[in-house]
Amino acid sequence: MTGYFKSRKAFPWHIVVFLAPALIVYVVVMVIPLLDSLSLSFFTENPANVKENIFAGLSNYKYLFTDNYYAPIFWGALKHNIVFFLVHMLVQNPIGLLLAGILAKGGKLRTFFRTILFIPTILSFVLVAFVWKLILSPIWGVSKTILGLFSLEGLFQPWLGLESSALITCSLISVWQYIGTPMILFYTALIAIPDELLEAAKVDGANPWLIFWKIKFPLIVPTVGLVSMMTFVGNFNAFDLIYTMQGALAGPNFSTDIMGTLFYRTFFGQQQQMPNQTLGATIATMQFVIILIGVVIYMVWQKRTTVYEY
Amino acid sequence: MESTILSEKHTGTSFFSRFRTWLGEAVPILVLIFWSIIALFPIYLILVNAFKERKSIFRLPFAIPSEETFSLVGFETVNARSSFDTYFLNSIIVTVFALALTLLFGTMASFALAQYKFKGSTIVSLVFSIGIMIPIRLATVGILRLMVNLKLTNTLWALIIVYIAQSLPMTIFILSSFMRQVPQELIHAARVDGASEYRIYWLVLPLIRPALGAIGIFTMIPIWNDLWWPLILAPSRDTATVTLGAQQFLGQYMTDWNAILASMTMSIVPVLIFYFIFSKQMIKSITSGALKS
Amino acid sequence: MKKHLGLFVVLMLLLFVLPVAAQEAGAKLVIESWRQDDINIWNDTIIPAFNEVHPEIEVIFQPTKQEDYNGQLNSRLAGGTAGDIVTCRPFDPSLKLFESGYLSVLNDLPGMEAFDSSSTVAWTTDDGASTYCVPLASVIHGFMYNKTAFEEKGWEVPVTKDEFFALLEAIKEDGEYIPLAMGTHDLWEAATMGWYNIGVQDYKGEEGRLALIDGTAKFTDAPYVQVYEELAKWAPYLPDGYQGVQYSDSQQLFTMGQAAIFQTGSWEISVFEPLIAGEFEMGAFRAPKDNADDACFISDHTDIGIGMNAATKYSEAARIFLEWVTTADFASIYANNMVGFYPLAKIDYSVENPVANEFLSWRNECGSSIRISASIIGRGEPGMDTDIWTTSANVINGTMTPEEAAAYVQDALDKWYTPAK
Repeated sequence: MTGYFKSRKAFPWHIVVFLAPALIVYVVVMVIPLLDSLSLSFFTENPANVKENIFAGLSNYKYLFTDNYYAPIFWGALKHNIVFFLVHMLVQNPIGLLLAGILAKGGKLRTFFRTILFIPTILSFVLVAFVWKLILSPIWGVSKTILGLFSLEGLFQPWLGLESSALITCSLISVWQYIGTPMILFYTALIAIPDELLEAAKVDGANPWLIFWKIKFPLIVPTVGLVSMMTFVGNFNAFDLIYTMQGALAGPNFSTDIMGTLFYRTFFGQQQQMPNQTLGATIATMQFVIILIGVVIYMVWQKRTTVYEY
Repeated sequence: MESTILSEKHTGTSFFSRFRTWLGEAVPILVLIFWSIIALFPIYLILVNAFKERKSIFRLPFAIPSEETFSLVGFETVNARSSFDTYFLNSIIVTVFALALTLLFGTMASFALAQYKFKGSTIVSLVFSIGIMIPIRLATVGILRLMVNLKLTNTLWALIIVYIAQSLPMTIFILSSFMRQVPQELIHAARVDGASEYRIYWLVLPLIRPALGAIGIFTMIPIWNDLWWPLILAPSRDTATVTLGAQQFLGQYMTDWNAILASMTMSIVPVLIFYFIFSKQMIKSITSGALKS
Repeated sequence: MKKHLGLFVVLMLLLFVLPVAAQEAGAKLVIESWRQDDINIWNDTIIPAFNEVHPEIEVIFQPTKQEDYNGQLNSRLAGGTAGDIVTCRPFDPSLKLFESGYLSVLNDLPGMEAFDSSSTVAWTTDDGASTYCVPLASVIHGFMYNKTAFEEKGWEVPVTKDEFFALLEAIKEDGEYIPLAMGTHDLWEAATMGWYNIGVQDYKGEEGRLALIDGTAKFTDAPYVQVYEELAKWAPYLPDGYQGVQYSDSQQLFTMGQAAIFQTGSWEISVFEPLIAGEFEMGAFRAPKDNADDACFISDHTDIGIGMNAATKYSEAARIFLEWVTTADFASIYANNMVGFYPLAKIDYSVENPVANEFLSWRNECGSSIRISASIIGRGEPGMDTDIWTTSANVINGTMTPEEAAAYVQDALDKWYTPAK
């Protein structure tokens, strides 16, 4: 007991030791370069000397929001990003929860499936984009043949090439790839539920559906929040899949353009398009603000729901 | 729902209740089988076509290679034109080091953030959470300059350091919530026994093992599959990773589908093997998870 | 406790102290390029040929995927890790690199006199004062066709637009071949292989290009709108589901003998020959004209230059290499290995490949012009090239009318460009 008090009063060196390695690597490699780059959004290139940036206040933001050419592209990207996120919330997470619920029962067979179902999540974008473009290609007929098995070949469309369907198709491919993440998180939460709670319910004769919604689900609500937050952050940072599937211009007619692809081609340029680092930094700052709002909402919610634990 | 249960009880046919039990067992398994087919079909498509000659890839994409269509020409091109063995070694070194250090630093930091109330803890948490909100690609030029100053470009260390920095925010974010769930009585008891804070950290680690298994996989995958940082920081032939190698191969042999499919097969198989080994460990750690009891 | 502290210190040391210092050795030149297709030719032919003359200089060809090249190169130049030799995109992207101080001036490089101003213009400042890349090659647009199939079916190579569309109709009627192997999924295919390919004929080459620059013509004028109208008419002759067809799909369709015509450029020859593997013979024809006796114009685009990273450690060696690039020896090796890329030096070289020769012969018969968005009017945000990519695909997909497309491009141009009067 005395030792405990002593360590409370002395300078807490152990806290420094615990935090230092992570903090040093992280601040030096990430925070400083990031803030440095974000500050670019308040500058613009000096037309007289391209090597130099001049302070421009909020003019980049004004340009992004009101320019009659760029603003529609920006708002479009934001809208597509919201759709992209909603598809993940409505398809990926419920299916992930369903699969996790089935798997949580345990047993060798289910363990085997658990291993299988996670496999798409370990694949690289290079491969995912290549194989899905192959499957959906109107030329090689893979999808047509599969639809033909159910006499539905008439339904086939070049989904990736139509403005009406390209974004949803890309979102669903992303869902296909990432479903393992919510599945594992839900699974971990579900198997952590104490058996005694479930035994008691079983004795009371509740059916599995009722047990799930009345007992299990309330217990994994923190995980549901975590998964939603991770989906939000991941989706508003997404870039690679759209880029590898549809290119930096996110065609057709920008219909699959999300914040990440807009940022990329603005910041780094593409083909004949010149890079515009200051405008690119402005878009990235907007991404930052949007994600920040989401994370703050999550944190407030988390504080309110977990406070009773202490 | 209630009434059907009642009526079954009234008629008393064991057939219905047996059917219901059977249905309750079979439907979930059917759901799993259905999604497994969806999950595996694209991979099947790559693996079978990698071993076929060009024309039959397009003519019979679903078929398993037969005597007439079997061909290894893609693998021959890959072997002759690319050094996948070096790429594998690079990817393994980078992934293992980055993963191990991320987990070490991440558990230490989240332990401190979850267990101690100290001035500035909110700020530190906030600083860490910034990292999940900004696309790290934005910092590309700054990071590159840093690596140039440290003389680390075209070394695997550059990649390892960036991957640690990139993985830490999410790792700490998730681990902190697990660390908070560690029973406080246990920690108090240890303190009463006179254990040092480092000793307590060491005692807590096994308690969050299930989380470590999951985080291990989540951290490993983006590192293994990353294309951006190898391109920027270590594009030389000696430091290229598997994903970079495969991507460059894809650009170079865009029309040679045999070679592309072969290079993809070569890049999936080791990941699959790793995953199967690692996943067994993960199941063990989850099922023996102390948090459950 | 001490044990863990010690472990930590060791780890931190490992992280920051272990770095392997780059070994300084003899001159070693790394070439940055987007031409991944060419890696074997550089490694097996060009670099050995250079080393016969200069064995003391080691050269490494290190290409980046073409879509990533500009972004990657900018970052590496800014960070100081770019290669010593830089392959230059034509016009504005390289101009910006030069203005940022990343490329050296090459005005005084021995051998530069081998190039006309028509080819150095792509890598010279607007005032003509500084040239910063050695012109390497140009590519010529046109249509390739399956000659074997044409002979079998008795189809004739078209000269006029009427003949062209009659031919497409006949191929479609016949049913054995897809008339045109093209898709709009990748966007740039619709612009580069479509718009730039046929547009040059409609707006009469340099005349129409310069008219836009000096403001005497607008994109909404008939010659430019006509290009979109023509593209829109291609749609029925493209493969089913062309909206989802990628460039690599189109290449496969043509080389596997499933499509009769491929709208393309000379750079495709060396890619296609090994894929076709002698199963049929290829031929080439020019963009169709309104009337048979109209003058012809071709898109002969200065596509590749090669320059020197201003920050290179081996500037002497780099200049020696660039000087070698200006020689007739290099031109001949390049022309005959990179079939379909035509060296820009005013020196005699012969091309052995018949299809490549066909393309080359048009230079003597027709007016040459570069891509319309390449110079001066291509600047702006995000730039005319990007606008033409998107609008060309939209017009073929039927989601935009030719007039809307032209108006879109002109509006974007008006926003920032005032022609010098």
